[in-house]
Amino acid sequence: MRTVIRGAGLSVRVYPRALLVSVLLLLAALAVALVNLTTGDFPVPVADVLRSLAGRGDAGTDFIVYELRLPRVLVTLLVGAALGASGAVFQSLTRNPLGSPDFIGLTTGAAAGALIVMLIAGGGGVQVGAGAIVGCVVTAVAVYLLAFRRGVQPFRLVLMGIGVSALLEALNSYLIYRARLNEAIAAQVWLIGSVNGRGWTEVVIVAVTVVLLLPTVIYFGRNLKLLALGDEMAVLQGVPVERSRAILALAAVGLSAGATAAAGPIAFVALAAPPLAARLSRSPDAGILPAAMMGAALLSAGDWAAQNALPGNDIPVGVITAALGGVYLTWLLFRERGARR
Amino acid sequence: MTDPRLRAQDLTLAYDKRVVAEKLDVGIADGSFTVIVGPNACGKSTLLKALARVLKPQAGAVWLDGQAIASYPSKQVAKQLGMLPQSPIVPGGIVVEELVARGRFAHQRLLRQWSPEDEDAVTEAMRLTEVSDLADRFVDELSGGQRQRVWLAMALAQQTPILLLDEPTTFLDLSHQFEVLDLCAELHEQGRTIVAVLHDLNHACRYATELIVMKAGEVVAQGPPAEVMTAQRVEDVFAMPCRVIDDPETGTPMVVPADRHRRRGVRTPEAARA
Ligand SMILES: Nc1ncnc2c1ncn2[C@@H]1O[C@H](COP(=O)(O)OP(=O)(O)O)[C@@H](O)[C@H]1O
Ligand SMILES: [Mg+2]
Repeated sequence: MRTVIRGAGLSVRVYPRALLVSVLLLLAALAVALVNLTTGDFPVPVADVLRSLAGRGDAGTDFIVYELRLPRVLVTLLVGAALGASGAVFQSLTRNPLGSPDFIGLTTGAAAGALIVMLIAGGGGVQVGAGAIVGCVVTAVAVYLLAFRRGVQPFRLVLMGIGVSALLEALNSYLIYRARLNEAIAAQVWLIGSVNGRGWTEVVIVAVTVVLLLPTVIYFGRNLKLLALGDEMAVLQGVPVERSRAILALAAVGLSAGATAAAGPIAFVALAAPPLAARLSRSPDAGILPAAMMGAALLSAGDWAAQNALPGNDIPVGVITAALGGVYLTWLLFRERGARR
Repeated sequence: MTDPRLRAQDLTLAYDKRVVAEKLDVGIADGSFTVIVGPNACGKSTLLKALARVLKPQAGAVWLDGQAIASYPSKQVAKQLGMLPQSPIVPGGIVVEELVARGRFAHQRLLRQWSPEDEDAVTEAMRLTEVSDLADRFVDELSGGQRQRVWLAMALAQQTPILLLDEPTTFLDLSHQFEVLDLCAELHEQGRTIVAVLHDLNHACRYATELIVMKAGEVVAQGPPAEVMTAQRVEDVFAMPCRVIDDPETGTPMVVPADRHRRRGVRTPEAARA
């Protein structure tokens, strides 16, 4: 189940299965990403894509790969990873499979921020991303304060999050209703969550978040394992509880804010990726790395399906994840009911 | 006399507005096997939580080695003092060995997360509590008694010189109760300071070098069992008329509750004849 790696002052405990699952998921995600680079309005053979990536392609292929497809593929991978990691942190902190950022209002908050920029301030591009990040952080703080009563009970936090989420949902509907038709349509499409037409700006937004915050949450993942045993046990084992929780929560908020800024509120990846990864790796808790890799693989596969499996032109990936997520949620509730019997 | 390593001074303990104890002073004698007894809800667990810095006192302070316990980095305290809580949260989807291994957190660093000492501590803790055979079982699928021993193993794996145990024998059958108490006695003989909350007064008298008797948030007596455990005190604290005789096995005080009829003030046939 585990092995120990030792050498030169280093001694870490690794779970070979979790590591193997992470690597396999990463390879799967990259393979799908490569396929996504070849498909589109102008099919490009894999060999040409690879040659282009290696810096030896012709101008035409380079344009298609670097300008049209690579940003989108990278955004997909990074957003998936960010959502998976963020979900793993929140589900563990709240000790609740429904405690993921898309359920406790963070994603809806980000959407509200983005809509306000789009429909009221009339901004676009980077400003929308900034609006999403601000909306997400403000919502996180609000949910935290509302749930605070002599510390934060995880279950209260989830319930508050769901309540706040419903309120923001209403706000978003209102914002769209009062907008002009063409703006409303653009906003509605953004709300589905999509990687269509994402460029290098979005790549940079989400890449910066992932590069800064993913290592942070992985590093504090050790504390997360003890926090999962309850605050009391975590204190006894020497975890600085409040500080660890604040850092983990803020980093996870940041990850989901960055993801939403780049791709809109993509549903269910954060909810489903961690438990699926935990199942595959049979790890005692949703390891953050496997969850991130699962998120990347899921979203890449989703984007492939959105482009190829469904009739219609360039369906937003959010449609696919929402559909798959619905199936997953039904199964989760079904299983829960079975377990209660 | 110098102050003991662990002591509480002038503590006010409360949950929100419900005050459990006020002006509480307790010292835990170094190297003692201290047993805390007292009626339900008198504040034993609350005191233990405060001593282990899990519950922040509203006034006063707990001192560890002459310094307020709250002023240490958490990890540093966790190397000195461990505790088995009365009802820990049972985590899902985690196997026994993994849980016990989490008891090593305080001894680990980023690049030295799993040293041979960690491995040894976990193996030894599981052997002592007889849970080695359960290593790969899920904790949430164990019986109450098995789980209790797993939590104990986790606390032992922490290898702290001071160990606080809140009702370590609940859920256990008679022989396992004595095994756990024997284990505590052995740890005590090896030089650790043990503080345990126990319900059975006779177990308490057999194993304790020092008894703390609590009632309604106050320490009403502290000292060796032979001095502290008198019939009058048991009646005062537990409202239970009794006789205290010498335990025929160990010579320690043994509490024998009075007969049902006498307790109710009803004259027994025996008393009627006299
Ligand atoms: N988490 C809590 N919140 C509020 N009151 C509590 C809590 N824990 C214990 N109490 C109250 O504090 C008092 C002392 O409890 P406790 O220390 O657990 O007693 P015991 O001596 O049985 O271990 C009781 O009246 C109990 O109801
Ligand atoms: Mg208690």
